[in-house]
Amino acid sequence: MTTTAPDTGRSPTEERPAPPGRRPLTLRRRESRAGLALVAPTLLVTIAVIGIPIVWTVVLAFQRVRLATLRKTGLFGEFTMDNIDRVLHTPGFADTLWVTLLYSIGGTVGSIALGLVAALVVRRPFRGRTLVRASMLLPYVAPVVAVTFVWQVMLDPQLGIVNHWGQRLLGWDAPVPFLTQESTALATVIVFEAWRYFPFAFLFLLARLQAVPGELEEAARVDGATPTQRFRHILLPQLLPVIALLGVLRFIMTFNKFDDVYLLTGGAAGTEVVSVRVYEFLTARTDIGAAAAQAVVLAVVLIVFVLIYLRFFGRRVG
Amino acid sequence: MDRDMVETVSLRWLRRLVIAAFLVVTVFPFYYMLVLSVRPIERLLLDPGSLVVGFGELTVATYAEVLKATDDGGQGFLTFIRNSGLVAVAATVLTLLVAIPGAYAVARLRFFGRRQVDFLFLAVYLFPSIVIAIPLFVVFSLAGLRGSLFGLVLVYISQTLPVSVYMLKNYFETIPVSLEESAAIDGAGRLGIIRRVSLPLAMPSIMAVALYDFMIAWNEFLFALLFLVDKPDRWTVSLGLSLLADGVEVPKTVLMAGSVVLTLPIVILFFASERLLTEGLTSGAEKG
Repeated sequence: MTTTAPDTGRSPTEERPAPPGRRPLTLRRRESRAGLALVAPTLLVTIAVIGIPIVWTVVLAFQRVRLATLRKTGLFGEFTMDNIDRVLHTPGFADTLWVTLLYSIGGTVGSIALGLVAALVVRRPFRGRTLVRASMLLPYVAPVVAVTFVWQVMLDPQLGIVNHWGQRLLGWDAPVPFLTQESTALATVIVFEAWRYFPFAFLFLLARLQAVPGELEEAARVDGATPTQRFRHILLPQLLPVIALLGVLRFIMTFNKFDDVYLLTGGAAGTEVVSVRVYEFLTARTDIGAAAAQAVVLAVVLIVFVLIYLRFFGRRVG
Repeated sequence: MDRDMVETVSLRWLRRLVIAAFLVVTVFPFYYMLVLSVRPIERLLLDPGSLVVGFGELTVATYAEVLKATDDGGQGFLTFIRNSGLVAVAATVLTLLVAIPGAYAVARLRFFGRRQVDFLFLAVYLFPSIVIAIPLFVVFSLAGLRGSLFGLVLVYISQTLPVSVYMLKNYFETIPVSLEESAAIDGAGRLGIIRRVSLPLAMPSIMAVALYDFMIAWNEFLFALLFLVDKPDRWTVSLGLSLLADGVEVPKTVLMAGSVVLTLPIVILFFASERLLTEGLTSGAEKG
């Protein structure tokens, strides 16, 4: 998936040694020029719309900038550690980081676990499988604004279907305000995350499952291994590298997530994750310096986690 | 019965049960959305548990309200649909225009810095959007691009480009080099080879990437919120819907009608191209 196969792309002419002196361009050099020319637009756009903004965010993090004063300060205003210092010592920041971590771990584990179960049950062909598989991908492809809305309405204390049935069939004493009370909001958001992104894990795990050679399992069956034993000793080892990779990818993506939490709770009731907090600083307080500083802290924490992960879980990943 | 039999039989039943559960969990919210959108709000308040719509109570007034222009007392979603469509199509076309040559180069040609370029795309697509949003917010504010759909298209390219390059690159790598070599022997230049051999072969993958880019741009929310909030006539469907919910009291049924309008194009597109898209997605990692 993300592994590259550096040898497959080589042109057959590369082994030819570069001739000395000024001669017409060799095939090798022509290829190099063509490569650079073709990749240049992609590279330029990437640097312009992603590279420069990232660097600029770092610069802003070390300046005292507000939207109102921006015209005066310019790019090279006075540099200061104030923002970082302020951000690290503002009450609530540690909580935010903790919430983000819980949310990321919960969302990652939940979505991969669900995805694994889903991949295992639709692994073998059955009638209507294509339709089942497509339906399972719905939460993932549907627009985030629409799905967060439906969840809000379903969980609504007054007219939501969940509370209605919960009170009727499960004997709940009172409606549960899932998204607005501290004790349930974070858990609900995590469940939402697992629901919305399990298709992502499902797709990758299913693709890997279908690549497992049939003889392996057949041999194990002949040797008398039961289905659960076959799963533990044959399938799981085959899936582990993909699960590890999914763990990293989903953790990073959940850690950065903004819209799901923002749309579900607005960051209230103990669900304020870092990116929602950054957004608040950026728009409500127009304190660009502080917003940038928090974004940088977010990125640094993320990089540290990924490095730790790679350090301990080997080089199979990436 | 031995353990193997017990496990095989119980797993067979468990499997059916689990499939059914997954179907309910994934499809039900969309069904619920649809049902609420065609019920009058009074009926919903009266009986929130009902999941079937009686023939008599069926209404499309909710859709009329959502789609009608604001001047006619509606919510102006037709304009939002046009905006979303324009932005998504433009972002898709421009992304492909830039991504195809880049992906081809990374997959096929050896040039100085190829590995670094390859790594750059991987690193970039895992970077938090909110980090990129800060300076873009600042620049667009200063340059007066806030409220411009073109600015939004630029940002969406940044969101779709790295993944597109990745998916396309992986596909180009699966095309046998020998096909291109024989074209070269026949005297085709590099551009000729790409146009006549590689591009037609890569068409399924290009379609998958195009669909994926369109979905990302159509579904996007954060950047639309940051850039367009002051200009109601430029809102996308996502933004319009979320602001509709924040504003004055709008019946939930109308909000659900808006959700259906937002979701339907994507679901249709998705079911029409499911196989293409899932294969494309698993051959390239992606951003969610």
